[in-house]
Amino acid sequence: MISVMEVYQLLPKTNCKKCGLPTCMAFAVELLGKRKAIEDCTPLVEEPKYEKKLAGLRELMAPILSTEATETGMVIHPEKCYGCGNCVVACPVNVANDPKGTAIGRGPVSGKAILMVEDGIVKCVNVDQCRRFGPEKVLCNACIVTCPSKAIEFI
Amino acid sequence: MAFCTGCSLLCDDIEVDFEGGKVKRTLNLCRKGRGHYDALTVDRLNPAVGGSGVVVGEAVKAAAEILSAAERPLLFGWGRSSLAAQKLGVDLAKKLGSAIDDPSSYSQGLMTEKILKGEIPTCTFDDVRNFADVSIFWGDDPSSSHPRHMSRFSYFPRGEKRQRGYEEDREAIVVDVRKSPTAMIAADGFFKIQSGGDAAFIEALLATLGGKIPKVEDKKKMLNLGTKLRKAKFGAIFTGQGLVQSRKGDVEAFSSLVAKLNELTRFSVIPSLGDYNTRGFNQTLFEETGFVNSVSFADGVSGGPEFGIAKYLDGCDAVMVVGSDPAAVLPAPLAKKLASIPTVAVDSHRTLTTDAAKVAIPMAVAGLEAGGSALRTDGVKVDFDGVVESDRLPDAEIIEMIMEAV
Repeated sequence: MISVMEVYQLLPKTNCKKCGLPTCMAFAVELLGKRKAIEDCTPLVEEPKYEKKLAGLRELMAPILSTEATETGMVIHPEKCYGCGNCVVACPVNVANDPKGTAIGRGPVSGKAILMVEDGIVKCVNVDQCRRFGPEKVLCNACIVTCPSKAIEFI
Repeated sequence: MAFCTGCSLLCDDIEVDFEGGKVKRTLNLCRKGRGHYDALTVDRLNPAVGGSGVVVGEAVKAAAEILSAAERPLLFGWGRSSLAAQKLGVDLAKKLGSAIDDPSSYSQGLMTEKILKGEIPTCTFDDVRNFADVSIFWGDDPSSSHPRHMSRFSYFPRGEKRQRGYEEDREAIVVDVRKSPTAMIAADGFFKIQSGGDAAFIEALLATLGGKIPKVEDKKKMLNLGTKLRKAKFGAIFTGQGLVQSRKGDVEAFSSLVAKLNELTRFSVIPSLGDYNTRGFNQTLFEETGFVNSVSFADGVSGGPEFGIAKYLDGCDAVMVVGSDPAAVLPAPLAKKLASIPTVAVDSHRTLTTDAAKVAIPMAVAGLEAGGSALRTDGVKVDFDGVVESDRLPDAEIIEMIMEAV
């Protein structure tokens, strides 16, 4: 998981306020939350002396900005997934939404599950139901700690 | 709903769509199961005699000739056969006066035998899901071998008396020689032992349960384990090849541990068997003969390790292998010996054994192309149907044809 400090270290750290925020640290927080884009930091993009930092920041932010990650930042590594369904059964939202299916260890039956195993690999659906979704998110980690192959991560 | 015969959990909540004979989309099927389904169109076996393609009837005739002419034939495999085929297999062995054996003679047969004899208590997976508060995985890594074991039954699901599932109501303990994927989930509940160190660990645990200080490095962890086991309301122990293949003495030590645990509270054992119907074969043979494997019908009924494939191949003059690939699993000298004996192989797919066999007879894939029944690894009978059309015959029909021809 990328930390705010990692992002901050790759910003100009001048607190120039050109992005509309009071400090570079505040910009790092907004950037990580996808509410600002890298291009909003004009000095970083335009001034050649920040070239290395810009390249580093783009590399660091690539997984977050890629389409692979869901809106909650969940990335599933399909090559690592066993399709065991531990995350499907352990997910507290799945259990609450699907008491006759995932809660008792079976496949989802209600259509409201967040995680399901399709084609032997776990898939994220109904992402808006995830505890990590939206501004008032809870940093739930039930799907990460129950994975035997570390196939799920949040960025 | 479809069934999966990819492992001995026999998952029954599978949804599958086919397109042009191939699997298009599956739901709830683990990666291993998906591989099993995808293999439906890959490397299938065709009937052959001496490497030349023939029709099934001719292959059956050739197989019957080999078996009838033999003096010491062996019928081996049966883990991937339906209950009906296994029953017919035992009848065929009786008719031929041959030996019959399955891969459990070199894997978990000892454990299954103790369970079937009632020496070790057992229970069903549904009991585990509903009541178990301690799950011990001993020399067993279901995350790798039976991917849905923990999510369907043994650790994560909510049950009747275990409404809070793994979060508060269940404890996972793993005893293994390496930090397996299952051990990663158990985290602090992982006990690393030396290879072949099961008996020493059991001795320390028995001492702990007896109120003594165990002679181990981490005494506090062992004492905590003892307390957890003593306080458990209903415990389940899942054994894998790690325990059974260590040494016979270790299984005896394990039996005494289970007996001791049952003096204090209630503990049951379910072995994690490999093939989808290994338990079925062991139980069918046990009900007929009193032995779970390695039986000879040459002179009445006799059982013992000398009738297991490892020893019986000496002097054996014909082998019929059904739904198994011993040539790939046995040590090289034994595999070579097997390849030198006239062999009949009945299988759904091409394997090393079918390549080395004199006669190859294809069968339908159970649960996909053919229906039938099987015993799940906990002994619960599961009936399944085929979901796709196939011109390949079910295993029971092939064994019946051979039976009529010998």
